[in-house]
Amino acid sequence: MKVKEKIMDAEDIERTLNRLTYEIVERNKGSKNLAIIGIRTRGEFLAKRIAEKISKLEGNQPPIGVLDITFYRDDVRLKLRQPEVKTTEIDFAIDDKDIILVDDVLFTGRTVRAALDELIDFGRPKTVQLVVLIDRGGRELPIQADFVGKKVKTNLNERVKVKLREVDGEDSVLLVEDD
Amino acid sequence: MKLKSRHLLGLENMPREDIELILNTAVSFKEVLERPIKKLPTLQGRTIVNLFFESSTRTRISFELAERRLSADVVNFTTAGSSMAKGETFKDTVKNIEAMKVDMVVIRHSSPGAPHFLAKIIDANVINAGDGTHEHPTQALLDIFTMREKFGYIQGLNVCIVGDILHSRVARSNIFGLKTLGANVSVCGPETLIPKDIESLGVEVYHNIDEVIPKVDVLNVLRLQLERQNSAFIPSLQEYHKFFGITRKRLEKASKPILIMHPGPINRGVELSSDVADSEHSVILEQVTNGVAVRMAILYLLGTMAN
Repeated sequence: MKVKEKIMDAEDIERTLNRLTYEIVERNKGSKNLAIIGIRTRGEFLAKRIAEKISKLEGNQPPIGVLDITFYRDDVRLKLRQPEVKTTEIDFAIDDKDIILVDDVLFTGRTVRAALDELIDFGRPKTVQLVVLIDRGGRELPIQADFVGKKVKTNLNERVKVKLREVDGEDSVLLVEDD
Repeated sequence: MKLKSRHLLGLENMPREDIELILNTAVSFKEVLERPIKKLPTLQGRTIVNLFFESSTRTRISFELAERRLSADVVNFTTAGSSMAKGETFKDTVKNIEAMKVDMVVIRHSSPGAPHFLAKIIDANVINAGDGTHEHPTQALLDIFTMREKFGYIQGLNVCIVGDILHSRVARSNIFGLKTLGANVSVCGPETLIPKDIESLGVEVYHNIDEVIPKVDVLNVLRLQLERQNSAFIPSLQEYHKFFGITRKRLEKASKPILIMHPGPINRGVELSSDVADSEHSVILEQVTNGVAVRMAILYLLGTMAN
């Protein structure tokens, strides 16, 4: 694995999350009806950071949930790999909520497809809006983000690696190439 | 993270990591069972056959629910009314079923080793749902899952299995699984119902239930198989209840509450008194709920394993 470029450092991530928070609150005319749901693993921590920022800005804490989409993946049938499963945690009713779905990188759109399928099994939200830190293009499904931290042009042999202090000990976004 | 074997035949010799993987995966499925829509697309397009050569209510329904909640296609086979009643052999029957392109087979059979034989002659993943007096691995896994959920650990937990150990596949699978995870396991029952060489499995043997009760955290009470009552293993049901029945009075002698488990079906007033079966320390119905989650975990782990 070779690092080709540092796309974001800790300060960039912080500034971007601040802007995304303002955009979310602006477009939803406040935060009363919001619920924030992150897709494991890194989406979970981004979701918690955004929820915290909303709570500072608006004075009310939106409910937070976590999705583990393993059971909804479309490649389990291809028997490619068997990832370790963790639990989904959504302990509030999502019916009629405006759901802010958070992930770190948007690429093929298959993860988001699985997340939407899983979310629908919990109820009928009023809206689902997608937030991603990085949109790297390369979509295989008709899915797009509502709020994008940064768009990055990438090749298929490259990967965007998001590191977050909660799991990786540091905040950064790297463009890497596998050998 | 994947299992070492593509079949689940028993807990004897199953590595600790595999047991833990199943238990951890079952936690995720238990969450699914709390949802408004208890269904996942994970095994879409897979066909699972439930081959029940021996009667069963709980285990068969539990497997079927687990399979359907994973969106698998399910076929049920019971011996009554099948070609086996016309004299077809076991091997021919399963070969024919396999020729219909099935991916997984869940089998219960009265002969010990039937699932092992099946695993040798067909390509599908085989899950043992009870083979004679040999093993009943999914029951033991759901028992262990329930204990782990209640106590948070298995290592060092004191578990006594009470009753007819001699004819019990549940006891054997429990012993194998619990020992692998580091529990202290004992068995208690009348001498006629304890196998002679059971100590070789690393368990302590008791014949006096009142001696065991103060020492344990869990009593896993087995069903006294009434159909064996005429075979002179015990003098009478009343006498069995008097000496081995778990009653409130007996449990009061323990300094702490003891978790009461039972694989079902219960003979109320024989191995368990009714008030104990329905008490707040009884987790008998939770075992049934957990059974679906544990079986979903096993089906998922075997069904999505790379060949």
